[in-house]
Amino acid sequence: MSNILKLFLSFFKIGAFSFGGGYAMLPLMKETVIDIHGWMTNSEFIDILAISEMTPGPIAINMATFLGYRVSGILGSIVATLSVILPSFIVMILIFYFVNKFKNSPYSDYFFRGIRPIVLGLIASAAISVAMDAYVDLKSVIISLIIFYLVAFKKLNAIYAIILAGLMGLMVY
Amino acid sequence: MFMTFFKVGAFTIGGGYAMIPIIQEEVVEKKSWIEEEEFLDIIAVAQGSPGPVAINTSIFVGYRLKGLRGAITCMLATALPSFLIILLIAMVFFQHRNNPVVEKVFFGIRPAVVALIGSAVYKMYRSSRIKGMRLLIAILSTAIIVFTNISPIYLILAGGIGAILYYRNKERDVKS
Repeated sequence: MSNILKLFLSFFKIGAFSFGGGYAMLPLMKETVIDIHGWMTNSEFIDILAISEMTPGPIAINMATFLGYRVSGILGSIVATLSVILPSFIVMILIFYFVNKFKNSPYSDYFFRGIRPIVLGLIASAAISVAMDAYVDLKSVIISLIIFYLVAFKKLNAIYAIILAGLMGLMVY
Repeated sequence: MFMTFFKVGAFTIGGGYAMIPIIQEEVVEKKSWIEEEEFLDIIAVAQGSPGPVAINTSIFVGYRLKGLRGAITCMLATALPSFLIILLIAMVFFQHRNNPVVEKVFFGIRPAVVALIGSAVYKMYRSSRIKGMRLLIAILSTAIIVFTNISPIYLILAGGIGAILYYRNKERDVKS
């Protein structure tokens, strides 16, 4: 199967199961891109993630464009980006027709109550799996703790956090 | 419509949720395309559907205004700025990734990515009041992803379907 077709199927699947925002989709993205297809290394994946957090737009789109480019150049980036948003398109149009049914059904409410803890778990596992590659020594753990403190408790913006961490990397390594 | 959503896509840094207030300002306040109350309904649907919230919202608004053509226009307009910016960065990035200075910078950035995701977990835990049984489910699903090869897709399906069965029975018990 050509890489373009694989990209389409992979990112369509990722788009279809990404509930709960960009971070919740990372475990599935990592599974698909690294474990199933072996398209890149863990550290490359994390670097792409970092850049996707700093640039405008939804992380899912940014990641899809970047990963698609890495696998098959410009055509790959177009295919990956379109296929990650295609499920959204289909679902939103369907919902538009059934909007009243959807809103009044208790089942959709139950469904979302059920997946909320799973989404939290998925995001936590994304943090752990990135940590396994990012924590190479004590210095990297310290950088991580400083940034966590600033972002979680001092409301530091993600872009400044990444710039600050990059400068720290330049100084200590 | 294209210009409006292109602007939304180009100027929102910090993920999809950062886009919502900007879409609201453009679509509800400046252009009066949609009423405030209807917009809130759209957000609720967009959050509950798979895919990026900002994309879902723009598809829905586009469809509501101009049917299928509107939906496609708004969707592409929102995604296009990200796409172009990332494409430019990607072209340069893979040429310079092995440069020693770039390597050092990324040694610092990688642990920061852990911190950013970690603080998202912390904030979500604080605001969603997940506790007891549901906290246990969250911890269990983390463990399953980290230690096994089970796909996250099955966890999402199990969580959603399990909850439907659980709450339906619970409601039946309350009634009887």
